[in-house]
Amino acid sequence: MKSTLTSMILSLGCITVVSGAILAGVHELTEQPIIEAERQARVDAVGEVCPRFDNDPIAEKCEVTPDRESLPVTLYPATLGGKPVGAAVESYSPDGFSGEIKIMYGFDSDGNVTGYSVISHAETPGLGAKMADWFRSPEGHRSVIGLNAATDNLTVGKDGGDVDAITAATITSRAFLDALRRASAAYSQFKSTNSNLPS
Amino acid sequence: MNPKYFFNGILAENPTFVLLLGMCPTLGTTGSAVTGMSMGLATMGVLVCSNAAISLIKNLVPAKVRIPAYIVVIATFVTALQMFMQAYLPALDAMLGIFIPLIVVNCILLGRAEAFASRHNVGDSILDGLGIGLGFTIALTLLGCIRELLGTGRIFGLEIYPETYGSLVFVLAPGAFIVLGLLIALFNRLYKR
Repeated sequence: MKSTLTSMILSLGCITVVSGAILAGVHELTEQPIIEAERQARVDAVGEVCPRFDNDPIAEKCEVTPDRESLPVTLYPATLGGKPVGAAVESYSPDGFSGEIKIMYGFDSDGNVTGYSVISHAETPGLGAKMADWFRSPEGHRSVIGLNAATDNLTVGKDGGDVDAITAATITSRAFLDALRRASAAYSQFKSTNSNLPS
Repeated sequence: MNPKYFFNGILAENPTFVLLLGMCPTLGTTGSAVTGMSMGLATMGVLVCSNAAISLIKNLVPAKVRIPAYIVVIATFVTALQMFMQAYLPALDAMLGIFIPLIVVNCILLGRAEAFASRHNVGDSILDGLGIGLGFTIALTLLGCIRELLGTGRIFGLEIYPETYGSLVFVLAPGAFIVLGLLIALFNRLYKR
């Protein structure tokens, strides 16, 4: 086809309009499933880390900003028969080896760690990415399950703490524990502000 | 429809080993066999659609604006693909991350649009898309298998030997260059044109 100004404007215009229409249709089609998929990922992560619960923690979520922090973390309270049994806290650390990491931690009502689930990270595969399993391994002092920020020193051994860092990935390990301390601080703050409410 | 266009993309014009196109996803997503294969299949899907669409509109696009027109077509399919993946395969989408939107600037797609789809009919263009896409998928899967095996002792997550004996460098970027270079050398040795 000859390239005149009119033909160029017309053809490119038509193509972009048709593309826009197709994408609008696809967006319409996938909007709900995408929201549902994101919600399901949260539900799975909360179910994985929390002690047994029978409420809908997603529906009761709230934002908590720990003292001396500027950004809030999201907290999903878990109750069983109306009694609080703990919470899942979606925490973060900006200090990962390759940027921010996001992890969901679970706590029982005493603040003991019940589990965790890595939500997103960009750590080195085979090194920092090992955190997905490392901190629940029963070997040595790797596991953080059952530890409590009130009684245990949640830093890596190199910094005088109680947790073994991932071999060759101390920075990732520090970030993981930084996120854990942030989550724990948020949860204890949540407990102290909600303790006088009827549960 | 001429079947030779299908086989052309797998050996004679294999995008990875012969044309050396699309090197960014080739190096970036082949840390494991699963991610390599998924990336290959995603690219193949977009390539078949874009080849078909471009060969349909080839006579309606003025020569001077054909490149932007092709890019818009390709970007449309990539965006649609990403939305569908986020909706129905969120785990895979999280694994491939930025490499899905980056299919838009993959040279294989624009290259096939310009070199093939804009000169052939719809049937042949679809066959070419399937062939080139399959060649790309095979190359990425092979690369992913070798890197995963040497790096972690597994193929598609199945343990072949304990991870302790793996060499991490093959999962990281340098391993991608080393394995790809050796594979291209091997391919050229076995398949002399």
